[in-house]
Amino acid sequence: MAIRDIQFSKEELARYNRHIIIPEFGEEAQLKLKAAKVLIIGSGGLGSPALLYLTAAGVGTIGIVDFDVVDDSNLQRQVLFDIHEIGKPKVEAARRRLEALNPHVRFILHNTHIHSGNALDIIKDYDVVADGTDNFPTRYLVNDATLLLDKPNVYGSIFQFEGQVSVFNYVNSRGERGPNYRDLYPTPPPPGLVPNCAEGGVLGVLPGIIGSLQALEVIKVITGVGEPLTGRFYTFDALNFESRTFKIKRREDNPVNGKNPVIRELIDYEQFCGMRAVEEKPVKEIGAKELYEWQVKGKKFSLVDVREPSEFKIVEIGGELIPLATVMDHADQIPRDIDVVVYCKSGVRSLKAIRELEEKFGFENLFNLKGGILAYIDQVQPELTRY
Amino acid sequence: MATVIIPTPLRKFTNQTSRLQVEAGTVGEIIEKITQDYPELKKHLMDPQGSLRSFVNIFAGDEDIRDLQEGKTPVNPSSIISIVPAIAGGTH
Repeated sequence: MAIRDIQFSKEELARYNRHIIIPEFGEEAQLKLKAAKVLIIGSGGLGSPALLYLTAAGVGTIGIVDFDVVDDSNLQRQVLFDIHEIGKPKVEAARRRLEALNPHVRFILHNTHIHSGNALDIIKDYDVVADGTDNFPTRYLVNDATLLLDKPNVYGSIFQFEGQVSVFNYVNSRGERGPNYRDLYPTPPPPGLVPNCAEGGVLGVLPGIIGSLQALEVIKVITGVGEPLTGRFYTFDALNFESRTFKIKRREDNPVNGKNPVIRELIDYEQFCGMRAVEEKPVKEIGAKELYEWQVKGKKFSLVDVREPSEFKIVEIGGELIPLATVMDHADQIPRDIDVVVYCKSGVRSLKAIRELEEKFGFENLFNLKGGILAYIDQVQPELTRY
Repeated sequence: MATVIIPTPLRKFTNQTSRLQVEAGTVGEIIEKITQDYPELKKHLMDPQGSLRSFVNIFAGDEDIRDLQEGKTPVNPSSIISIVPAIAGGTH
């Protein structure tokens, strides 16, 4: 809807009064918010506060991308959800909460994984994107898609006590385009080198802070009020309360919008991030149901749990606890004469443990439990606690 | 001595120290010294060819050393050198 066609009702004028009376903001900026379409990718830790504030602020149309369902373990930081929504799709739970907050906002739900095949289609109708996803392939996917579609991308990222924020691909009033994620980090870390939040943890308040900063930047990008965080990269260390803002620049060798672009369409981001490295030898796998059959049939085998003691306390399925970091020191405790099933929460750490054990100690009898203990709970013992 | 800020994901390799004081003339010397003192840091900062990994940025003050003289960027006792790796958390 064009701004000139928008009229606020009395109710809206009252609701947004605290914005409208700010001299630099006024009714004009509020109208721009109502005319805007914002896409929030990920409705979790970062998406929750961003969605709450943008809805409250009166953005006209908000799209939400998430494929996940609400889980107990989300509630420590994902403030959009409550215990009544556990097991329900996040996008739907989000809409229920947000519609109750502001009935003047239109929501568009994308209850799906975002991937190379659908990203352009999902993003194309929005004015601004806020990326609150949780993995490197999706970060690069969202970055490239917003470059190809010429949209600003308000980026936020967190790990343990540390957060990062920037506004990528923003074109200022002089027509100058700012840098993007590939200018900042040309390539992602190889898998396993940097743990994700599910493995490394995150303090629940931190995504609240960083997601709120993303909401702030989205509002600035839409309204033109203030100076968006373009060409700058903000980092916040909650542990010692230090924040820094670094200058960042566009790079000529950026493969998407540098001097000689080579990427003109979306690529396979799993492969780009090394998730499907071909040179790595595959490890033997076992499914949760097959493991259950082994147990029922009384097959002689051993189970090793490479999670952390804190996870073991939540739920366990009879494996011997040898956390990943200590596996190499306890290799002698792992039998070689019978099959051994190694598992973690979702199968990533156990894969790493098996590769290391095979490489350094020549094990040949190790099986990775596909999907980890979560798959076992889903498929075999749904009464156990998920986390 | 210049101050080096170690980011959360790398603190497990520096005995949880978040700041290191290093006597050095350039950023390159700083990296060499801290990877000698904390060898585990090396594979996270440098690739096998000895170049800075492309998912790690180093800033001298608020400037990216790629915009200065990279490893040859001079440092003085009041310099603050920040190591900032890519992190990706958000949803889960």
